[in-house]
Amino acid sequence: MRRYGPAFWAQLSFTLLVCALLVVPVVLSMAAGLTVNYFVGIRSGLTLRWVAEVWALYADTIRLSLGIAVACLACTLVLGVPAAYVLARAKGPVARAIEELLVMPVAVPGLATALALIVTYGGAGDFRRSWLFILVGHVLFTLPFMVRAVLAVMTSIDLKTLEEGAASLGASFVQRFFQVVVPNCASGILAGSLMVFTLSVGEFNLTWLLHTPLTKTLPVGLADSYASMRIEIGSAYTLVFFLMIIPSLILLQLLGRRGRR
Amino acid sequence: MHRRDPFTLALLIAPAAVVFGAFFLLPLAELFVIGGSGPQGWAAYASVVTNPRHLQSLVSTVTLSAGVTAATLAISTVSGLFLVRNRFPGRALLLAMLTFPLAFPGVVVGFMVIMLAGRQGLIGEATHALTGGRVVFAYSMAGLFLGYIYFSIPRVILTVMAAAEKLDPQLEEAARSLGARPWQVVAHVVLPALKPAFLSAGAICFATAMGAFGTAFTLATRINVLPMVIYTEFTLQANIAMAAALSFVLGLVTWAALALARSFAGSTVAAAG
Repeated sequence: MRRYGPAFWAQLSFTLLVCALLVVPVVLSMAAGLTVNYFVGIRSGLTLRWVAEVWALYADTIRLSLGIAVACLACTLVLGVPAAYVLARAKGPVARAIEELLVMPVAVPGLATALALIVTYGGAGDFRRSWLFILVGHVLFTLPFMVRAVLAVMTSIDLKTLEEGAASLGASFVQRFFQVVVPNCASGILAGSLMVFTLSVGEFNLTWLLHTPLTKTLPVGLADSYASMRIEIGSAYTLVFFLMIIPSLILLQLLGRRGRR
Repeated sequence: MHRRDPFTLALLIAPAAVVFGAFFLLPLAELFVIGGSGPQGWAAYASVVTNPRHLQSLVSTVTLSAGVTAATLAISTVSGLFLVRNRFPGRALLLAMLTFPLAFPGVVVGFMVIMLAGRQGLIGEATHALTGGRVVFAYSMAGLFLGYIYFSIPRVILTVMAAAEKLDPQLEEAARSLGARPWQVVAHVVLPALKPAFLSAGAICFATAMGAFGTAFTLATRINVLPMVIYTEFTLQANIAMAAALSFVLGLVTWAALALARSFAGSTVAAAG
């Protein structure tokens, strides 16, 4: 192994510092959520009391967020995978314009999208008050991520040859789509699904304006607890949130690493 | 190919198009109309430059976002290039930690800033122990700056690393064999080659910082950035027309920033595959 020079150590120290900036607050907040009294410090002892209190106060927000995330995933799969297929197959300015339009909800701030939904559908009382109103916002915001993840895989494989092969063997379009296209894009669909789930569970910018007192999601509850509860409860709640998204974040990293190889 | 293909393709994209049209394009059009329906009429759209309070918040939002973009690009380039060029034990773990907060929502990032620089934060405790004074900057523009950097590093570092991995090592080899010093290789070969990645990552970073709401909301409602102004107009002032006009303008700015960067970087990015 070659010896590392001073430049290496300088860059390594800098990178470690950046890592610390990102990781230390996460560790601190996890510790705070399990500490009897954060002001006194960890020597006041460890407890699950705050997690239990979070569950008592906010269990319904956790359930609602999980439900919306699963529904959002289903919607983006049904809408996004066929759309990505069309964008991969169709060349030309119209397809590019549609692609450009579809990713707009990521470029436009959530605040603007939410306001637009409210001024248009705010009068439809039952719809406005139901969790479906939040679902619509989440689907808009996450759909581009599904489309792009699937599209990336579709453009990297030779879809046309695969499909022509299947068609020459007499496969109908539906058979080709579900038995050739979808299995060949499985990694993209999985990556998109994990991203959609994670983003939906954590979505705040849209949800804060779209929610009602009866449709509070986890991040809405988080904002509420940061503003009005003691730091241990906010931390314990954040801990619950981390536990919900960390599995999919780890899977995403593993997928990404396999993709880079 | 098949004669019925265009029909099938249109059928497949129809559900997405209907949902998108009904819940995004139509509402945006409605937002645009509402923005011009207030007591000021269409002049509301100019208010972001004519109203001193709005202009000031626009300027501070743009300054903040530009600063965040520059700082994040610098940090991510140093660390990203380092990770691409060196193999050492623990490298994978470092990379995992740097990209881990990728999907953290703004509210949680705000809370992370409070953990670092808030009233009971780490920096406050450390400075209290060292000097007796307590440094607390979470609830201000500086806290927001830190939060947006936190939020942007994972995204930008991934883009920079992906571009750096595609660089042709022979170019650097050639520069070195011609007598270029290490810094000259970086300044004249590596950085210019990464320009498309800087443009696209920088544009995403800038647009996100312009439109972000959750972090500012967690840290302090008094921070004078455009998303907070829009939120205040909407909830406290109940001035829906003004909120609509301002958010439409904000959306236009962020979308234009991204489109511009794509058109600059586009051909090269497409060529890179």
